[in-house]
Amino acid sequence: MASYLIRRLLIGIPVLLGVTVINFFIINLAPGSPADLYLSPTATPEDVARTEAELGLNQPIFVQYVRWLTQLLHGDLGVSFQNREPVAQLIGDRIGPTLLLMGTSLVVAYLIAIPIGIFAARRKNTAADYSVVGASFLGISVPHFFLGLAVIYLFALQFGWFPTGGMLTLGRGGGFVDRVEHLVLPVTVLATAIAANMVRYVRSSMIDAFGQDYIRTARAKGLGGFTITNKHALRNALIPVVTVIGVDLSALIGGAIVTEQIFQWPGIGLLTIQSIGSRDYSVLMGINLIAAIAVFAANLLTDVAYAVVDPRVAYA
Amino acid sequence: MRGARTILTREIVCIPFGRPSPDRTVSSSTPPWRIALSVNAPVVLRVENLRTEFGTDQGPVTSVDEVSFSLAAGETLCLVGESGSGKSVTALSIMGLLADNGRVVSGSVVFEDEDLVRLPENRLREIRGNSIAMIFQEPMTSLNPVLTIGDQLAESMILHLGLTKAQARQRVIELLDKVGIPRAPEVVDDYPHRLSGGMRQRAMIAMALSCEPKLIIADEPTTALDVTIQAQILKLMRDLSAETGTAMIFITHDLGVVAEMADRVAVMYAGQVVEQADVYTLFDEPKHPYTIALLRSIPHLSTDERLASISGSVPSLLYMPTGCRFHERCPQAMDRCVGERPELLPIAGDHDVRCWLYDEAAQPQSSGAAVPA
Repeated sequence: MASYLIRRLLIGIPVLLGVTVINFFIINLAPGSPADLYLSPTATPEDVARTEAELGLNQPIFVQYVRWLTQLLHGDLGVSFQNREPVAQLIGDRIGPTLLLMGTSLVVAYLIAIPIGIFAARRKNTAADYSVVGASFLGISVPHFFLGLAVIYLFALQFGWFPTGGMLTLGRGGGFVDRVEHLVLPVTVLATAIAANMVRYVRSSMIDAFGQDYIRTARAKGLGGFTITNKHALRNALIPVVTVIGVDLSALIGGAIVTEQIFQWPGIGLLTIQSIGSRDYSVLMGINLIAAIAVFAANLLTDVAYAVVDPRVAYA
Repeated sequence: MRGARTILTREIVCIPFGRPSPDRTVSSSTPPWRIALSVNAPVVLRVENLRTEFGTDQGPVTSVDEVSFSLAAGETLCLVGESGSGKSVTALSIMGLLADNGRVVSGSVVFEDEDLVRLPENRLREIRGNSIAMIFQEPMTSLNPVLTIGDQLAESMILHLGLTKAQARQRVIELLDKVGIPRAPEVVDDYPHRLSGGMRQRAMIAMALSCEPKLIIADEPTTALDVTIQAQILKLMRDLSAETGTAMIFITHDLGVVAEMADRVAVMYAGQVVEQADVYTLFDEPKHPYTIALLRSIPHLSTDERLASISGSVPSLLYMPTGCRFHERCPQAMDRCVGERPELLPIAGDHDVRCWLYDEAAQPQSSGAAVPA
């Protein structure tokens, strides 16, 4: 297991390097210069050239990339074009709220999806099952921005139960209850998509498990439905479900960008949108790197989890 | 060439030329009472007129019809027949383990004065794995891959015998040892994938024995195993059933296995029992044309004759022939066989046949098995 992990981590280095190369060149393909945004409309071409030189944007792209990479290897993500703050500091300030939002959404989604998936599987091809499948189809199909605006309209504006956005109410000190109140709506939006997807995985893999010979063996032992479902079937059904967690995390990062924007959640997603708007390439590169590391780590974690839930899997 | 090899492996390993060998039941491990069995041993299980249907898109399909047999304590009954003849469905009907679309429509399965067909599910659960245990065909898939052998074997003892985890674990090790699994104290913590097919089937047998059942139903327990392992497993089951006095229903399509295992044999065809007799009578004096054809289709080493086969195929459950279900393939079919359904009637002592050829010899009053056509 240890040697497997080390090998996987070593493979990760070229992968991450490749991701940064692609990101760097794609970002630089975008039309317009960041300098345009930092100068007044009356700036002369000389002013633009001077600003670009200050930001290092007048050099060939690969030189810029090598410089960025050299900085990175020295542990420096660079500074923001826009406000000269260190990128590491900017990301560091925003990562906590994002982890809170994504983590809560993931946990809530699984807590909802697994029991519902089991419920639907046990009532396969009944009205209850069809309702679950239909609802999950709806949940997968509805876009984040639409669901976000819909819940804001209903639960914040019409009913006034929850705030429309942000992470704390100013002046209330940001206690636990306040946090939770702010979390409910964005978590609803993010968790809906993940849970809707997960329900279908759990349902189909439970149905598959129920049809296996070892379930018949368990019934022949005289075991009750509860033990058969939650011990014999679920343990097996979770194996394919675990593999989806890595995929879910990538989707979650994408979803968080939109959701944070809608709810003005002060996390990485909001920072991403702001940085795109201000052509703040150095911040974007930092965010991309963090996101790539997160997805890589999630996939590694998935493989480890796979070996934990399935005794037949052993890494050497 | 392929045929020749089949003959070799089968006969060398398990078929003593297609009939039970006379010295079979007097092996050193067999107690003497076992030879004179079924004369006065109490009846453990009595299946009467069992009829099982499955709901399908084309409407209900009768898979098992008019199946009757009984089983004395310590006795081994072999249910033999082709694929689709209703052997496994009969077993699952007894256990109440039919798939969701299947149900027993009529008949009774009396086990120790209780009719299993009419028992509520929670009472059935107390019986399953406890006084009736089952061994399945596929040892590779019948054990749960994510639970240890010890966990899976301990479950029924914790449930039915009220043992603690530690007690159950100790007993699992004893059982594994008893069924001939080496290194039992280590295997108890292994997952099934660490064991070979033969070892897994031994573990399944240990599981079946764990609560000392009165009846074991073994559904083709050796079909998925290679022949040497098959011979070992058969010997193990024979020895264990002799030792514990457990009655056994042994389902197989292999007449070699029947010759090895059975005290009595019920031959099934198209969901019905067509002939029933003790194993020696059945092999020496088969009466039903199907049984005769089946026995003629066993390859023999001693002759150069072409292997006999039964023409045609088993009828579809959806289009069951009228009259005798075998008449379309029967070399001795008469007009009567097309229109009238024969009943399973005794022709001599313990020998029952479902065939119009033996209408004269039959004694209809002495069996509860017959049903008006």
